[in-house]
Amino acid sequence: MTATDLGEISATTAAEHGVPLLEGATGEWELVVGLEVHVELDTATKMWCGCSTRFGGDPNTNVCPVCTGQPGALPVVNEQAVLDATLLGLALNGEIAPVCRFHRKNYFYPDLAKNYQISQYDVPLVHDGWLDVEVPGDDPAADPVVRRVRIERLHMEEDTGKSLHVGDTGRLHGADRSLIDYNRCGIPLLEIVSRPDIHDPDTAQAYLRELQAIVRASGVSDARMEEGSIRCDANVSVRRPGDPLGTRTEIKNLNSVRSLGRAIAYEAQRQIAVLEDDGGIVMETRHWDEGRGVTETLRRKETVTDYRYFPDPDLVEITSSAEKVERVRARLPELPAATRARLRDAGVPADLAATVVATGLLPWFDEAVDAGAQPSAAANWLTGDVAGQLSSEGLELSESGLTGRHVAELIGLIEDGTLSTKLAKQVLTGVIASRGAKGPAQIADEQGLKQVSDEGELRAIVERVVADNAGTVETIRGGNQKAVGALVGQVMKETRGQADPRKTNELLREIIGF
Amino acid sequence: MDVSALEVVEAHLQRILSVDGVDGEGDVWTAVAPEDLDQRDVHAYLHVTAAAARAHAEDVDRRRAAGEALGPFAGVPLALKDVLTMRGVPTTCGSRILEGWVPPYDATVTARLREADVVVLGKTNMDEFAMGSSTENSAYGPTRNPWDLGRVPGGSSGGSAAAVAGLLAPLAIGTDTGGSIRQPAALTGIVGAKPTYGTVSRYGLVAFASSLDQAGPFARTVEDAAQLQALVHGHDPLDSTSVTDAPPDLLATLRDGVDGLRIGVVTELHGEGYEPGVRRVFDQALERFERLGAKIVEVSLPHAGYGLPAYYLIAPSEASSNLARFDGVRYGLRVDAPTAEEMNAATRAAGFGPEVKRRIMIGTHALSSGYYDAYYLQASKVRTLIAQDFASAFEQADVLVSPTSPTVAFGLGDKTADPLAMYLNDVATVPASLAGIPALSLPAGTAEAPDAPSASLPVGLQIMAPLLRDDLMYRVGWAFEQDLGFTPIPAGDTAVEVV
Repeated sequence: MTATDLGEISATTAAEHGVPLLEGATGEWELVVGLEVHVELDTATKMWCGCSTRFGGDPNTNVCPVCTGQPGALPVVNEQAVLDATLLGLALNGEIAPVCRFHRKNYFYPDLAKNYQISQYDVPLVHDGWLDVEVPGDDPAADPVVRRVRIERLHMEEDTGKSLHVGDTGRLHGADRSLIDYNRCGIPLLEIVSRPDIHDPDTAQAYLRELQAIVRASGVSDARMEEGSIRCDANVSVRRPGDPLGTRTEIKNLNSVRSLGRAIAYEAQRQIAVLEDDGGIVMETRHWDEGRGVTETLRRKETVTDYRYFPDPDLVEITSSAEKVERVRARLPELPAATRARLRDAGVPADLAATVVATGLLPWFDEAVDAGAQPSAAANWLTGDVAGQLSSEGLELSESGLTGRHVAELIGLIEDGTLSTKLAKQVLTGVIASRGAKGPAQIADEQGLKQVSDEGELRAIVERVVADNAGTVETIRGGNQKAVGALVGQVMKETRGQADPRKTNELLREIIGF
Repeated sequence: MDVSALEVVEAHLQRILSVDGVDGEGDVWTAVAPEDLDQRDVHAYLHVTAAAARAHAEDVDRRRAAGEALGPFAGVPLALKDVLTMRGVPTTCGSRILEGWVPPYDATVTARLREADVVVLGKTNMDEFAMGSSTENSAYGPTRNPWDLGRVPGGSSGGSAAAVAGLLAPLAIGTDTGGSIRQPAALTGIVGAKPTYGTVSRYGLVAFASSLDQAGPFARTVEDAAQLQALVHGHDPLDSTSVTDAPPDLLATLRDGVDGLRIGVVTELHGEGYEPGVRRVFDQALERFERLGAKIVEVSLPHAGYGLPAYYLIAPSEASSNLARFDGVRYGLRVDAPTAEEMNAATRAAGFGPEVKRRIMIGTHALSSGYYDAYYLQASKVRTLIAQDFASAFEQADVLVSPTSPTVAFGLGDKTADPLAMYLNDVATVPASLAGIPALSLPAGTAEAPDAPSASLPVGLQIMAPLLRDDLMYRVGWAFEQDLGFTPIPAGDTAVEVV
């Protein structure tokens, strides 16, 4: 039984969301998707015990009697995990249950030693939230289309350990033996269940990205998909517009935003093809094969699994008083949507604003703007040259030593004419090479990278170039203005690229007289 | 008369060797195989930690001689039910499935005993996973009642009760889920108490039914029991159901007597179904209370009759989940088979006894979808009603009393073929368990068994007190015990051969 079986499922329609229908051979189909996202919390200790949650230790080094399910060991709720879950619930506009409890989900779990998972069932910590998803429109710089996806519930549970099947295939079937690492066992996990309000792959991807951004902004998890700290399953079905919900399949193992979009698109077409061929969709769990780009049956759910949920008698109820909730609410940071709107209002184009927020550049952006940079220029530099140079060196911004002040200083040097854009890029390289020990002005100084814009100095050079290139000057006077470029090039050569191009042009025009 | 701790421990070890049927070799003595047990063996212990007990006693003597600080129970021997973990000592819960498992950690109760310098003699026999009322469900053979070796000591803590009654330990720890301390205390003529649920940590107590399990003391006197409970109770941050309020001082008012107290007789918990001998002793107990100045009032627990069925749904439901971890993968027994699933099935088939299997089946069924509402949920509602019944009863009476068990000790094998007859032995103890309130059993006299009119077997009196009023329960018990002036010890030279 999944959470959605507890109540009536109400889905929005593609029409309500302005999403086009899918064309089949026999007519139009509506895609209906709900997402289940798991987020591992970044608490220092596990959900029920004091073991460390550090990622990547030697197998079975962060374990104790509680997380290995030793007979007699008992769980105790990690209060920080409850506060973090509450914070995320509020960030997702959810209601916090004043009293909630934990249930046991009884099942055979090869990598969960107790053979039941402690989870929440009839009363989750958070219910009835929503997330406004911004889907980029046709013009990336214009304001995006906003679609609201309702969130049915956010509940707390525990993560499982990891199984490693030793054998030729690497899968359980045919393995010689299985090894289990319990380090991940008992790490606090949140499950965020959306309503089936998603009707196209783009919105699904935007939802996952936005959720990831909110999780990061809230500081409750690093939300790294590659390390499994955020994971996504998609429930996919199709129906004729106006029909009741179709039979769904659940796609597991979606470990990137890209996979999510591709898997939904594939599964929608597969289901349409089956239905148009008068076949039936079987309720089952499917696996997404990224390499082959297909979904395939993982296990059939011919009968609904009976998890025999019942309240965990080892744990007491969690109470969230109104005061406690308000204390948590006061900790809510600015959320990504608000940040993007703020950036757009400050003149940053929509696509750049989204990139600044999505890629974690915001602290540098805010610092640069505080230090006097124009917001659009700061966004441009950070998402463009800064990101580009760091990525080609394989560096994270946080380890580059580059600060928002440096960015502001660099932009200032361009604006006051000290540096050309081209020189500024060289200066940036120097700042990064020094790991931020030297600022842009210092680098420009040391490397003599200064635009020559001093009128007298530049005029002397231009006059010399004009005198030395009488033939070219004649050509220009004869009406071929393109030849000016050659003279500008000469001036640049003489100044090792540091002449102010605008001033050079003005001087040439004046001296040659065209 | 100075006796060293080592001498006390050694005397107990020698008596265990002579009457308990253990193989006294090595550091940890193990009970002999069930088929090799002598019918004269009490078989209270499964493991005797002989070497560790001697070493601990020697250490206590050394520190005492050196004038160093000692725990309050320094050198006192104790028997620990084999359902509580003790680092480095096997824990089996009376089951084959845990054979060979050596826990890597101490239960909180064990840790507190160690801190008090209690010398743990060993781990005692029990009904498998504490399921049973006679200690005949142990995979390692039944424990015998020191009063009559042909009879059961009650259960599931029969090993701990028999150890104290048979002079194999002065104190013991048992656990009570539906009466597993009180009923064996009654059947072996000693004092046993189930503290208020949540006052003694369950950390390290291998779970049968988590919402009911509670460890508690066995002793020969009320005061000893109170002392032992005071030693192990109190908040434990490792158990989230552990009560955070400071527990009552069990000794401060122990001697205050019962004059002026209202003692409630529970209409539903005596009379029909109780043996005539048990009823007679109970009626005498009421007369004694009146003589001591207490006022006897009749109170009703209208839903007590549903207690037993509710208990036999809730406890197996929790057990079915708690026992799921014993799948042959991580601890204890593994029966090899070609696939993992077959291995799980074969291990569980071989590792669990019939009573455990029966309760896993009942519990699995009661929790399954479609039956949850009819069974588990309904039973939970009954539980709430019973707790409310007690709350009203405690408005009319300070404590409630009943016989602890409807029968005196019955013969080995008499009820093993009839699970329902066995379950009925818990009829008087289960209501207090469902309500979480504290309850004590102490000897009230002796009576004949229906099958042996000349026998003289102990009868227990149960005293139930409001939540967290364990102090009141001990106070009433102490007054009764003092006036009765009878500390029943089985005639050693007839029931137990003393070397």
